Amino acid sequence: MSTTKLTFRKRPTVGRGLFLALVVAMYLFLLAPLLIVVVISLSSNQFISFPPEGFTFHWYAELANQPRFGEGLKNSLITAGVCTVIVALIGVPASLAIQRGSFRGRGMVEAFLLSPLLVPVIVTALGLTLLLGPLGLTNTYFSIILGHIGVTLPYLMRTTLVALQTSDTSCEEAARVLGAPSMVVFGRVTLPIIAPGVIAGAVLAFIVSFDEVVVSLFVAQSGRPTLPVHIMQYVENSADGTVAALSVVLIAFSVLVVVVVERLTGLRNALN
Amino acid sequence: MTVPATATLAGVDAAHLRGPGAQERAARRRDARVRWALLLPGFLGLIVSFVFPLIYMIRMSFNRGEPNGVVHDGFTFETYAQALSDPYYWQVTGNTFYMGIITAVLCVAASYPIALFLARSESKWKGVLIALAIAPLLTSAVVRTFGWMVILGNQGLINTTLTSMGLIDTPIQLANSMTGVIIGLVEIFMPYAILVMISGFGRINPQLEEAAGSLGASKARVFGKITLPLSMPGVLMAALMVFVLSISTFITPRLLGGGIVQVLATEVYDQATGLLNWPFAAALSTILLVLFGAVIAIYGAVIKKLGFNS
Repeated sequence: MSTTKLTFRKRPTVGRGLFLALVVAMYLFLLAPLLIVVVISLSSNQFISFPPEGFTFHWYAELANQPRFGEGLKNSLITAGVCTVIVALIGVPASLAIQRGSFRGRGMVEAFLLSPLLVPVIVTALGLTLLLGPLGLTNTYFSIILGHIGVTLPYLMRTTLVALQTSDTSCEEAARVLGAPSMVVFGRVTLPIIAPGVIAGAVLAFIVSFDEVVVSLFVAQSGRPTLPVHIMQYVENSADGTVAALSVVLIAFSVLVVVVVERLTGLRNALN
Repeated sequence: MTVPATATLAGVDAAHLRGPGAQERAARRRDARVRWALLLPGFLGLIVSFVFPLIYMIRMSFNRGEPNGVVHDGFTFETYAQALSDPYYWQVTGNTFYMGIITAVLCVAASYPIALFLARSESKWKGVLIALAIAPLLTSAVVRTFGWMVILGNQGLINTTLTSMGLIDTPIQLANSMTGVIIGLVEIFMPYAILVMISGFGRINPQLEEAAGSLGASKARVFGKITLPLSMPGVLMAALMVFVLSISTFITPRLLGGGIVQVLATEVYDQATGLLNWPFAAALSTILLVLFGAVIAIYGAVIKKLGFNS
C-alpha cells in the first residue's frame, strides 16, 4: 500500500543496507565506553572482568562508603559553580561590547577572548602552577577557579555571541528610541532575548569546569582534589565497580545537561 | 547596523547644547567608555588566568633547573639545548606526532559514515541522532578512558571474548600500549570530527548526486566520483582538528598508556610533578606550544583557502 505514496522514498538496496550497518557499527564504537561502564557498574563480579556473573546495585551503595568521592564532589561543585558565575559575569558584558559595537580592533578583541582554545590546556596548567606555587596559592579553591576561568570563558562567549548575533535587534532599538536608559534596555530587552544562549553557555561552562582534569591535577591535586582527579587517581591504582557506578552517575548527569542544552539552543549550536 | 547598543539617550540633552558635532563626539566618547567598562572584567580575568601563566611559563623555560624544584634564575637556552640534544625527547616528539597522525586518520574514517548519514538524513530522529553522536563530548574524558581500559585490558571485554572463543591463548596487549591509546583517542575525538564534517557536508549540493544517479551512475560510482571528492574539504578540516587535539592530550595517554606511552604532554607532567624540574618542564611545554601553534596556523590557512567560515 505504501508504494502509492507520493513522497520520494529511498529504495532499500544492498549498498544502502551496508552503509546503514556501518553507521550503526560506528555509533556502537562511539558509545562503547559509556555502555560498558554501565554494564560493569551493575555486574556482581568482585573485580572488573567478563562476563558479568550476576546483577547488583552493590557498587552504587558502595559509593556512600567512599568519603573521598563526596569530598571530590563538593570540591567540584564549588569550583565549577563559582567559576560559572564569574565567567557569566565577565563574559556576557564582553560579548555585548563585541557584538553590539563597531569599533576598530573588534576582531582582535574577540580573538583574544577566545584564544584559550588555541593553547593546550596542559601548557596553561603548568604556567598556573609555576605562577601560583611561589605565592602559596596552589591547592586552593582559588587556584582551580582561576584556571577554569580561562578554560571556560570561550565556551560561554561563543554561545552568547551567537545568541546576540542571531537575535532581532528591533526591540532594543524601539526601547532605546522610546528613551529607556541602556541598563534598562539590557536588563528588560536584550537579556531576556539572549537568555537561552547565555544559559546554554553557562551550563556548558559548568560542565567543562566540572569535567576538567588537567588544570585541577596540576594546581590542586593534593589540596583540593576535584571529583575527576579522584576518579583518575582511583583508576590508576585500582579499578572496581565503584568507579564505574560513579561514572554512570556522572554520565546520567551529562545526559540531563544534554537534554537541557538541546531544549534551549540545540547542542550543535552550543558546541560548534 | 551601526547603532551601538551602548548608546544612551540619557546625557544627550547636555551634549545637545554644544551643537551637533560636539554632541556626536561626546556620544562616541561615552560609547567608548562604556565599551571598555564592559570589556575590562573579561580582559582582567583572562590576563590573570591565562596570559600571565603563559608568559611566566615561557620565562621559566629560560632558567636553569635541577630536579627537586631547584631553579637558578638566569637567561640561558640550556633547557632547550638539553631537550633538543637528547634523542629521547626526539623520540617523545615523534611519538606525539605518530599518535596525532594515526588518530586523525582513523578518527576521520570512523566518523565519516556517521557524518554523511546525519548530513543526508531527513528522519524526524535526526536531532536525537546528532545529540547522541556528540553527547559523549559532555562526559568526562576520564570516564570514557576508564571505559576503554575496561574494554581493552588484559581481563577486558575483547581479550576475555577472544580467549573464551579459543582464538587466542594469551591476552593481546591492547591497554598500556600505543595501540590502546590510539583506539581510545579515536573514539574520544569522534564527536568533534562528526561536527566539523557535518557542517562541511552541508555545503555539498545534493542535486549533483541526484543528477548523477538519474543519469545512470551506480550508487558506488556516485559516491566515488561525486560525494567523496566534494566532501574532502570537510574531511581535511576534521583531520587537522583531531590532530591538533590529540597532540596536546594528556589524560588518555596517561591512563591507557600505563606509563609506557610517552608523549610530550605526559613528559611535561612527569618533569613537573615527578621530577620537579620546572624549567625543563616549561621548555617542553613551550616546544609543545610552538608545534601546536604551527599546526593551528596551517589549520587557519586551510580554512581560508577552502572558504570555510565556521
